[in-house]
Amino acid sequence: MAQMAAAGFSFLQRGRFQQLFDVLQEAGYRCVGPRVTDGAILYDTVTKVEDLPQAVRDRQAPGHYRLESSKSELYFAWANGPQALKPLVFKPRETLWQCQAQPSRGLQFETVPPEAPATAVIGVRACDLAALRLQDRHFIHGPVVDPAYLARRRNLFLVAVNCTHPADTCFCRSTGDGPQVTNGFDLLLSEIDAGFVIEARTDQGVDVLGRLPTEGATAKQLEAARQPIARGAQAQTRRFPTRNLRDTLLSNLDHPRWQQVAERCLSCGNCTAVCPTCFCHSEGDEPTLDGSRSEHYRQWGSCFTRTHSYIHGLVIRGDTRLRYRQWLTHKLGTWHEQYGRSGCVGCGRCISWCPVGIDLTEEIAAICASAADA
Amino acid sequence: MEHRPGMTGQETNTAAAEAVSKPRIAVHKFASCDGCQLAFLNLGEDLLALMEMVDVVHFAEAGPVDPDAEVDFAFIEGSISTPADIERVKRIRERSRYVIAVGACATAGGLQALRNMADAGQWMRAVYAEPGNIKSLDTSTPVAQHIKVDLELWGCPVNGRQVLAAVRALLSGVAPAEEHDKVCLECKRRQSVCVMVAKGMPCMGPMTRTGCGALCPSFGRDCYGCYGPAENSNTDSLTRRFEGLGLLPDAVARRFLSINNGAPAFNDAGRKLRE
Ligand code: SF4
Ligand code: SF4
Ligand code: SF4
Ligand code: SF4
Repeated sequence: MAQMAAAGFSFLQRGRFQQLFDVLQEAGYRCVGPRVTDGAILYDTVTKVEDLPQAVRDRQAPGHYRLESSKSELYFAWANGPQALKPLVFKPRETLWQCQAQPSRGLQFETVPPEAPATAVIGVRACDLAALRLQDRHFIHGPVVDPAYLARRRNLFLVAVNCTHPADTCFCRSTGDGPQVTNGFDLLLSEIDAGFVIEARTDQGVDVLGRLPTEGATAKQLEAARQPIARGAQAQTRRFPTRNLRDTLLSNLDHPRWQQVAERCLSCGNCTAVCPTCFCHSEGDEPTLDGSRSEHYRQWGSCFTRTHSYIHGLVIRGDTRLRYRQWLTHKLGTWHEQYGRSGCVGCGRCISWCPVGIDLTEEIAAICASAADA
Repeated sequence: MEHRPGMTGQETNTAAAEAVSKPRIAVHKFASCDGCQLAFLNLGEDLLALMEMVDVVHFAEAGPVDPDAEVDFAFIEGSISTPADIERVKRIRERSRYVIAVGACATAGGLQALRNMADAGQWMRAVYAEPGNIKSLDTSTPVAQHIKVDLELWGCPVNGRQVLAAVRALLSGVAPAEEHDKVCLECKRRQSVCVMVAKGMPCMGPMTRTGCGALCPSFGRDCYGCYGPAENSNTDSLTRRFEGLGLLPDAVARRFLSINNGAPAFNDAGRKLRE
């Protein structure tokens, strides 16, 4: 099996694609993959190939997302929907610990073990793998390890797919995070009309690949797989500065553009919720009515909320100008100090899913206008 | 140390300091549909537990009637819409340690506050054969406009989770957690698909305070703002967005001038469109 991984590329015929689901399920994984749900492509449990989107494509623009039917037989001929891997590892809401009132012994605290079922995600794009690496850095490789994140992260099996149909809002080519998948996967698929070129990267990936009825991929198949990725990269028109913007942003804190964008921004936090790298959260307690027990939960927060900048008796970022500025100066500026790179992987979600279509690439271009490579 | 469910030492009612005493609660009704009182009655098992922990001395819809009783917590549903309401709500304030306004009527004047922008007399004449028999104010206003209110629970109607969280916090003598985030954030936590972005529906979520659990978008429909304005609401931008979706100014105005039309942020936005 080891030499198969070294040899690189296998080929799975389209008609045998179900076997991937079967092998993963037999290995004990719940398969999660793209499904058309409520007018968008969401990640959900999938058990068979028929669950995947087929003959649909997406149209995305600032503040706009629509699915349309297409004639394509391909399963992955669309760009990412609103979700990334984030909800699977960093839960929108989860209980961290609970406490129980003991009449004689005061309060007793106990951790709530995270649910971390073995999960195979099918269809992960390059930008989302890049975002996952960033979340790993925050939740696992920082000074404190997040046990809930770690438990779920460990149990992920990642079946990546090279992206061939970027949306108009995508700019992963510009940030250097896609559309070609380069690392961070167990298995990598490239879809062509006849089926899938497959590459395994990890031991688990090699193991799963070994159980699939594959054949060696031909040079022609490899070329057929390569072309649409290159075409997809070329189709991306949005550009983003690749250099470290920290100093530029921090020396432009009074730029009038922050006020202009604040006049459009609803301070709703949708951008941060769909952003695959945002990790802010709030915490709270939910006691039972009789007060004998209480659960302490963590849920997605956002720098666009009032409570995000609340310190005793004072809200530091009371207005939208300061909140929007916080989002971009952190994500694109001070992230470099914290995590060694910008927090943007070019997925474009914050553009499509902003209810008023605010486009961070435009805002950055305006604020860094004097910079040579903006 | 004796463990007493319900109340911590500090919050014990001085008028009833014996061990058997329980906090006394009243639920009052003003101009309203009774839907928020149902949030209490629909608590199920928790209602039974609550009854063990408190003395409900006035709650006409559930049975006990003693509107002038002294209580620890007075929950008020409904808006102030008659001269008699003003007197009654003042009496309640005098006899209650904490006053909690519950629901859109009590916090913003309710749907019936639409009359604040109309000729109330003309409406009355159109509806009633003998309008002279009706003693009604020209306005429908929130409780806080007449007396000091200690806590407001927004929503039309409020839900059991909110009521329980508030009651629990009050019994513990702590301030209930504020719910100031916008419906959008909760909508994303639920992983619902945004109906504004994916369907072009004029959703009020980005203006509306959370608390409902982003109920409407989870059923594929647009939020109509029943929990009232959230903090830092950019109504001008949302107005432009709704117009961009094809709504005429009056249709946009109606989005704002609905259940919470009396709430200043929505009222200003709606009036601006009608000018
Ligand atoms: S900032 Fe926007 S484009 Fe960049 S990773 Fe986050 S959601 Fe994607
Ligand atoms: S940029 Fe858009 S999505 Fe983000 S808070 Fe502002 S309006 Fe909401
Ligand atoms: S559906 Fe409404 S509440 Fe949900 S994210 Fe969209 S605008 Fe916000
Ligand atoms: S989504 Fe909006 S209209 Fe629906 S219940 Fe919540 S606040 Fe009310």
